[in-house]
Amino acid sequence: MSIILDKINYIYGQGTAYEIQALKNINLKIEDGEFLGIIGHTGSGKSTLIQHLNGLTKATSGAIYYNGADIYDEGYPLKELRTKVGLVFQYPEHQLFETTIFEDVCFGPKNQGLTKKEVQLRAFAALRSVGLPEEVYYHSPFDLSGGQKRRVAIAGVLAMQPDVLILDEPTAGLDPKGRDDILDQVAKLHRERGMTVILVSHSMEDVAKYVGRIIVMNQGSIVLDDVPGNVFAHYQELEAIGLAAPQVTYLMHELREAGLPVDVSATTVTEAKNEILEKLGR
Amino acid sequence: MLRDITIGQYYPADSVIHRLDPRVKLFATLIFIISLFIFRSVWGLFIATVFMFGFIRLSKVPFGYMVKGLKAVVILMLITAMFNLFLTNGKELVSFWIFTITYEGLRNAVMMAIRLIYLILGTSVMTLTTTPNQLTDGLEKSLRPLNKIRVPVHEIAMMMSIALRFIPILVEETDKIMRAQMARGADFEAGGIIKRAKSMIPLLVPLFVSAFRRANDLAMAMEARCYRGGTGRTKMKPLTYVPIDYKAYGIVLGYFAAMIAVRIVL
Repeated sequence: MSIILDKINYIYGQGTAYEIQALKNINLKIEDGEFLGIIGHTGSGKSTLIQHLNGLTKATSGAIYYNGADIYDEGYPLKELRTKVGLVFQYPEHQLFETTIFEDVCFGPKNQGLTKKEVQLRAFAALRSVGLPEEVYYHSPFDLSGGQKRRVAIAGVLAMQPDVLILDEPTAGLDPKGRDDILDQVAKLHRERGMTVILVSHSMEDVAKYVGRIIVMNQGSIVLDDVPGNVFAHYQELEAIGLAAPQVTYLMHELREAGLPVDVSATTVTEAKNEILEKLGR
Repeated sequence: MLRDITIGQYYPADSVIHRLDPRVKLFATLIFIISLFIFRSVWGLFIATVFMFGFIRLSKVPFGYMVKGLKAVVILMLITAMFNLFLTNGKELVSFWIFTITYEGLRNAVMMAIRLIYLILGTSVMTLTTTPNQLTDGLEKSLRPLNKIRVPVHEIAMMMSIALRFIPILVEETDKIMRAQMARGADFEAGGIIKRAKSMIPLLVPLFVSAFRRANDLAMAMEARCYRGGTGRTKMKPLTYVPIDYKAYGIVLGYFAAMIAVRIVL
């Protein structure tokens, strides 16, 4: 069970004055049960890349294999693929349309052709798993706050019970608490259900805390692909492409230069704290 | 699929036509449209063809790109051509069942189709080479005399420029929402007409919501910048004629005179 991208190229607006090569020779293997972060500056191609994973955008050249089958094969069930690889778009709250939250979450499983009962069960389970209070299930989605709307939209994708969950900047425009809540819930899904999760972001801080592997994109290419600690060690290169490492990385490097022999690969505040205390001998 | 709409879109290039004053282009387009309906002979058609293709060539917009805009009117063109083909009296050419094709009918149908094609191509030369802003600026200035009879020219121009500005945004938004719903298993192509119309709901509701949200935001932003309509408002880039604009006026008027002459003489 894995997703493999083989030499993917994608050109926007081919044959027009606005032609842009959005993806350049992308080779990538995403294993089952991974928690992956895709990081890149605005316009680096990360959103385009993830839309390839569920076949919404067709590559100009290259191949994509999902569980060993080529998704560009004639007759490949793309509609089914989209329920297996759930994609939550940027600002997903803008896609809500039903009269009640519950109905809206039912939309995905209904399209899968499940029985009414199964659809409702899945919708309940999904709404519960994003931590939405039960009393709002039958309210209009337009009455909710921004953060709650976003949870409804994420539930709308979760209700299809995908094997892979892709979130495109799920925390954009949320306050710090809303951000942590959503990311914690996603991390829980990954932990408890073994779901493969792909988190797209331009904030290192967000990603560092959760993911096991980071892919850094710049101008349509993958420039780094490693565990967070190793990626952040390249903090100077990250800065050169308009990104930044988490603040603890900078702190650790400065401590090291000042003479304290700490391991600079710490990515979170807790890790950094333990490392510093240990090196100080306390 | 939605990206194919070329009507009202600007195609950036560096050409003489792009640099012309928008008022000249508006005037030329108007004259061209009128001229299309005054010719009857092949000679008139010939002059219009040379004139139009000359301008297309000068505009440096790829011809294939322009032709894409024609797709939208194919149905209308076919209907018009059909009516002309079957409902014109005259010398009989072919006849089957209740249909009769006459020589005049065939001629009218072909002429009508050509007129419609030229109409679209001619106007798209203007829209493709003029940014929406320039276009409304030109319109506002050309129509300024109407202010005297209390036509709110500035407001109309402002509404037009906002509407034009929002076409690409809404197209993009539609595309995005469509993708988002497809990611939730929506299918916009399968099924009969009722099922397809129903499948539009998940697309249209969010689109309307977002259009209203954008309108609201824009109104707020304009008010925050003290926008209060046209009176006493100056332009950052006022339109002024340069020599080439006068030359263009000359060419357009010459063309119009030729078309009228052909109509009278032949």
